[in-house]
Amino acid sequence: MKAFARLYQSLDQTTSTNAKVAAMQEYFADAAPEDAAWAVYFLSGRRIKRLIGAALLRTWLVEESELPAWLVEDTYASVGDLAETIALLLAPTHDTGDVSSLSDLIEDKLLPLRGAEPAQQRAVVTTWWRTQAYERCYLINKLMTGALRVGVSQILLARALAENADLPRAVILHRLMGEWQPNAAFYNALIAEDDGAASQSRPYPFCLAAPLADAAGINTDCLASIETTLGPVSHWQAEWKWDGIRAQLVRRGGETFLWSRGEELIGERFPEIVAAAEKLDDGTVLDGELLAWKLPYTDEGVLPFAELQRRIGRKTVGKKLLNDVPCLFLAYDLLENNGEDLREYPLHARRTRLQALIGHSQSDDTRHGLQLSRQLEASDWSTLAEHRSDSRARQVEGLMLKRVDSAYGTGRKRGLWWKWKIEPHTVDAVMIYAQAGHGRRSNLFTDYTFAIWDDDVLVSFAKAYSGLDNSEIKKLDKWIRGNTIERFGPVRSVKPEQVFELAFEGINASSRHKSGIAVRFPRISRWRHDLSAKDADTLASVKRLIANSNG
Amino acid sequence: MPRKDLKPIGDLIQATGRGLDCLAGGFTIDPWKPVELSLITHAHADHARPVATRYIASKASVPLLRHRLGQDICIQGVDWGETLLLGDTRVSFHPAGHVLGSAQIRVEREGEVWVFTGDYKPDSDPSCEAFELVPCDTFITEATFALPVYRWPDGGTVVAEIIDWWQQMKRSNRPAVLFAYSLGKAQRVLAELRAYTDELVYLHGAVAPMTQLYRDAGIDMVPTELIDPKAPRQDYAGKLVLAPPGASGSKWMQRFPKASTGFCSGWMRVRGNRRRDGYDRGFVLSDHADWQGLLNTIEATGATRVLTTHGQSATLVRYLREERGIDAAELRTQYTDKSAVTPPTYEQASR
Repeated sequence: MKAFARLYQSLDQTTSTNAKVAAMQEYFADAAPEDAAWAVYFLSGRRIKRLIGAALLRTWLVEESELPAWLVEDTYASVGDLAETIALLLAPTHDTGDVSSLSDLIEDKLLPLRGAEPAQQRAVVTTWWRTQAYERCYLINKLMTGALRVGVSQILLARALAENADLPRAVILHRLMGEWQPNAAFYNALIAEDDGAASQSRPYPFCLAAPLADAAGINTDCLASIETTLGPVSHWQAEWKWDGIRAQLVRRGGETFLWSRGEELIGERFPEIVAAAEKLDDGTVLDGELLAWKLPYTDEGVLPFAELQRRIGRKTVGKKLLNDVPCLFLAYDLLENNGEDLREYPLHARRTRLQALIGHSQSDDTRHGLQLSRQLEASDWSTLAEHRSDSRARQVEGLMLKRVDSAYGTGRKRGLWWKWKIEPHTVDAVMIYAQAGHGRRSNLFTDYTFAIWDDDVLVSFAKAYSGLDNSEIKKLDKWIRGNTIERFGPVRSVKPEQVFELAFEGINASSRHKSGIAVRFPRISRWRHDLSAKDADTLASVKRLIANSNG
Repeated sequence: MPRKDLKPIGDLIQATGRGLDCLAGGFTIDPWKPVELSLITHAHADHARPVATRYIASKASVPLLRHRLGQDICIQGVDWGETLLLGDTRVSFHPAGHVLGSAQIRVEREGEVWVFTGDYKPDSDPSCEAFELVPCDTFITEATFALPVYRWPDGGTVVAEIIDWWQQMKRSNRPAVLFAYSLGKAQRVLAELRAYTDELVYLHGAVAPMTQLYRDAGIDMVPTELIDPKAPRQDYAGKLVLAPPGASGSKWMQRFPKASTGFCSGWMRVRGNRRRDGYDRGFVLSDHADWQGLLNTIEATGATRVLTTHGQSATLVRYLREERGIDAAELRTQYTDKSAVTPPTYEQASR
């Protein structure tokens, strides 16, 4: 545990990727396999499900600190992190408590807390609080609440492990995907020599696209500039950019595994897709998008993301919902065929095989849960731009551009896949509530609620957290403190004076929101110092956007 | 001068629109708007503004104030504990332990004693006079760090961490750039380092003149050298550089490629503050009282009434009223009132 706490600290104390990799290599070189397995588990972003509720921890904290409950709450609101608040208030300057290894701590002490009697839990937990010095007290709290985040990417972790084990990084990345148990056997297998045998359920690391605007030297408003940067349109495969859930469909050993990009197995929630996949041969892996889609299948039947959300929320799906919101897997890449890893093949070769495969398996069944993502035909960039201008009517986010000669990359590799999204909707709205953020935004008001006019009343219609730079955040924070009307716990209502341009991708009618509308990916695009509250948009004008975009 | 014909009523010291006014004494403490006579607690910019015709301050503060407010200001320096008769009041200055020359100001009228702390810290610090406890009836205190999470580690321990970090940077051949406010904090670091090393430390142009004033006052610090912005660039790998936080992210930093950065401040106790501003290391070193320091000091003064000026005032007031049964209230002042735990910008600062 001591070594892991030291590693966590080193990672937390530098922004240099080389220093992070070096710290991980040092840790893994000395760690016992059973501890290393848990370290990999946490460093790859996996978490233990919360063992003890935050409310209970707060009650114990009040009792242990012997401070008034309101003061503990004020303090927590100021620090913005419960695990840290506890450690700051209670941890002794020096360790006096037990020093177990990481795996012993988790397996013998932390995990048994689940389901234990509250009195027993309290005794164990408060003993840690009293005896573990700050760093470890903080870390144990983070582990207990399932909230540990470490500032390393999966790729960086894989780099450290791969260099230590003298293996290709891709092998480590692949072994890290899917479901596994953090134990010594897993760790030993993770760093064992490459025998080429992929474990049955595992998906491949996803290839991600970058925004076209990030391409060096490009001006996306100018087709000539796009052509200069990307070359002739024939070098690119263009498809719609769907607003669904990125997923991989894995068919191996007579079983089907549907993985979301968040590495969750979600097959149970999409039985029609799993059923469709049964006709695929063993040793097939498809990359594609999960979408809600009207049946019988036509090219233009996609349903809004809000519909798909109804399906994601359920572990098991009833008949009615299956009928109301049919879903399908729109395949756009073939990563494995007949058990062969195709990722090094050029895209056009993978595409040819994909078309043959999907055509073969669905045999024109219009109720089939597996369909092919259509390629957009274009002989020049202006034709493609015309397709793109059609995006809103088709309820897609724009275009995807993939180089036809590209291999299937790992992570966000610049230059192979671009997303060429349409300009977002924008609305001018007034800030009416503010709340302090968490983590590095604790103590700063960074979570805002915005309103628009319904006659002469401001109705809240969106929350946004991002879009301002640090100096604007500080300025706005100061303004909020000086212009608070009322406090409701951590939330403050502020004078309705500051106007912001909000950008968002989609807009839909919603019965769940007071305003009657729900927007997708709202964020601040500009602080409109030039506008006053009366200049903000109206509910009626915003509702017109729904009609325009879905009509 | 006080009007003898008008008997002042109400509080001896009041927060008015221009500072902490003492009508009976005919002076204003740490004014932010024009006044005739001002008494200054210390030389940080939110307490010492160029708005008075005449100034009175501790003797040790005078060179710092002249540097900040102008060499030609009309200023009288007084010894620690020396009594001045001003109007109907007896006034004296007592060390506040915040920065060199920082004072608490004691004002007495007809046996009633008020003390304004300015900023203060009861912890030990080799770069300034030790805090003196001054018993009083009404205690006007700052509340910058009035939350129980603010518990300061011992200054020596923190400086040992700085030394460790510097050694690490030596091993990896990188410069160590440490941000600390140019008046007070930087010199405290230089004085605390004296116990470990006498290696040369490099200074940003804003830190150097203050450091010279500390040396003139006889404060023992490690040797330092000014980084001349016009001189050809040199290699600072493995060197320790002291700079004001305002230099963070500035063009000036380009001369320290691959630098590891650290920030010395009480705010660094909370991880989010360090992460937000992108410092690699945070060193918990403050020139203010921590939570326990505030409570202990308040209790030890024996004051029956406590007024707070800036910081987490609301929290401290509520705690004193509800938990300690002390008559407490907030005063509205313009001393850097950052209830936001945001490190204030360079030169504004008293942190």
